[in-house]
Amino acid sequence: MKIAKLNTYFWQGNEACAEAAIIAGCRFFAGYPITPASELFEHMAKRLPQVGGITIQMEDEMASLGAVIGASWTGNKAMTATSGPGFSLMQELIGYAFMTETPCVIADMQRVGPSTGQATKCGQGDVMQARWGTHGDYSAIVLAPNSVQEMFTLTIKAFNYAEKYRTPVILLADEIVAHMREQVTVPPIERIEIINRRKPKTGEKAFFGNEEVPPMPAVGEGYNVIVTGSTHDEYGVRSTANPIVHRRLVERLNNKIQNHAEEIADYESYNVDKCRIGIVAFGCTSRAIYEAAENAEKMGIKTGYVRLRTLWPFPEQIIRRLAKSAKKIIVPEMNLKQIFYEVERAAKGSAEIIPLNKIGGGELITPEELTAKIQEVAKEEKK
Amino acid sequence: MTQQFSIRKYLRDIEMPFCPGCGIFTVMNAFLKAVHELGHEDLSKFVFCSGIGCSAWIPSPHFIADSIHTPHGRSIPIATGVKLLRPDVNVVVFGGDGDIVGIGLSHFIHAARRNLDILVIMVNNMVYGMTGGQVAPTTPFKIKTTTTPYGSFEQPLDATRLAVAAGACYVSRWTTIHQNELRETIKKAMKMKGFRFIEAVSQCPTAFGRRVGFKDAGEMLKWFKENSVSIKQAEKLDEDKLAEKIVVGEFIQRQRPTFVDNVYKMIEEAQKIDEN
Repeated sequence: MKIAKLNTYFWQGNEACAEAAIIAGCRFFAGYPITPASELFEHMAKRLPQVGGITIQMEDEMASLGAVIGASWTGNKAMTATSGPGFSLMQELIGYAFMTETPCVIADMQRVGPSTGQATKCGQGDVMQARWGTHGDYSAIVLAPNSVQEMFTLTIKAFNYAEKYRTPVILLADEIVAHMREQVTVPPIERIEIINRRKPKTGEKAFFGNEEVPPMPAVGEGYNVIVTGSTHDEYGVRSTANPIVHRRLVERLNNKIQNHAEEIADYESYNVDKCRIGIVAFGCTSRAIYEAAENAEKMGIKTGYVRLRTLWPFPEQIIRRLAKSAKKIIVPEMNLKQIFYEVERAAKGSAEIIPLNKIGGGELITPEELTAKIQEVAKEEKK
Repeated sequence: MTQQFSIRKYLRDIEMPFCPGCGIFTVMNAFLKAVHELGHEDLSKFVFCSGIGCSAWIPSPHFIADSIHTPHGRSIPIATGVKLLRPDVNVVVFGGDGDIVGIGLSHFIHAARRNLDILVIMVNNMVYGMTGGQVAPTTPFKIKTTTTPYGSFEQPLDATRLAVAAGACYVSRWTTIHQNELRETIKKAMKMKGFRFIEAVSQCPTAFGRRVGFKDAGEMLKWFKENSVSIKQAEKLDEDKLAEKIVVGEFIQRQRPTFVDNVYKMIEEAQKIDEN
């Protein structure tokens, strides 16, 4: 099997991510082993050479993302994968990739933190790290799959956004989605949209400005490109004292994503305009919403939900809509309120936001627990 | 017959930030002269990677070339990605001692171990120059720096001997007083494959010399001249005497399978298996 074709597969989340990356055109993977992302690395080690690509194990996570960035500047699509502790180490180079506008994909299969925490157990504690992990002002694109099929589709999307916006993209999965096996349908290849970065035309020289997303040359092709993580003008020349140059650069880097927030924002929603109780969830936790909503409906509680596929840009409009009809919104998370405040911010006081949190041991929030919470909240509301 | 050497041909018309008397000018000159003497009319066959610090600014943004100015210590990993996918270009890393064997030490050792086909030129000024003269992993024992005001109480690291031990193919060390040797060693290294490491011991009159009592750059060069000994000479010196000397020369030249070759061989093997 060179490239997975139109077929149904029984893949692990990590495998689906690897196969999707190959379909998206990824030909370089550098990583450092870490649970629960190692299977993705191992699958890439086996599969990439079969399609002429390279997988290497570097000495640490900084080196891994560094090699990925170097590979990307040769004009190739590249990715790395890790989990919380490794993701922390990568933050330095995530900032660099953002500042140098280097397309790349970083998959973070979350486990329980802080620190080494519980290596083999599922958590969702890297949400804020994915958004604000590195220093300075930047706008992250963060995608969060909740199934193996979605691991496949969102990985392709991650590569497409990376190329389209010339930026690092974070695929924020979790241990459960990374490790579980499910059926995945690979659509006909010609129906899969693959975006490639725009290359400069002859004579073009402003690789870091003039346009929202400037064209990206490859090194070794005669463009004499200057790549630097320091503040630079549109030609790449360092300018570390001029406030105007910095503002112009960093505002553009943020705006090229923020201006397309609505376009990038992706979610699944149900009954948002006519519900009493709302649920907002993402990743493995969101797998409980379907059954819980069904249970609640049977009890006569009108329930609607938003399942976030992009955590950032945060899908604010849909949350606002939900908050207009639902008086109360429950936010189940396997962390201590990391997406909660985002929901609260987007709701702008139109609804009461209620947390439902569980951490440690990889214990999921079950449909029963979520149903019970809906019942409790509905009862309180009647009083 | 090659044209007369003009350094300007390879340099952007950008003001240089280096202090008067800085050894970087010598290293830059030696490198570009070597490039010229090897017959490169421009730097189109090169990609430069460099980290943070004064020496990282040698290629970026001054060379008219592709240059990647990376975060502190990460020039070698980024060079790894570039070289693996563009085996046809010469990847050269410039960096200071803090960048290459301070924060970037592990990358340095692993690249040498893998025998990654890059040339690393480390400008060793024995101090963290750009940040104001703090102690470096290469600062000699007892030398005063801004973070060791009573003299350094750490033993310095010998990056050259470390490169040899880690598996580099070609390793040499010279000082900025050895301009010709420096140029020749760069030329030699550029003609080879595998991991090549050149240490250029250099003067930093501003953040180092000034504080330890050298009047100017010239005095530091005199110090290099008087204290440099060849590897042969060094063999006859006892350890105490050797500690104060700068051992210069070619430390190793050998052939080992390179990382790039090994990676592409692996891909070839993988594809054969897939066909069966």
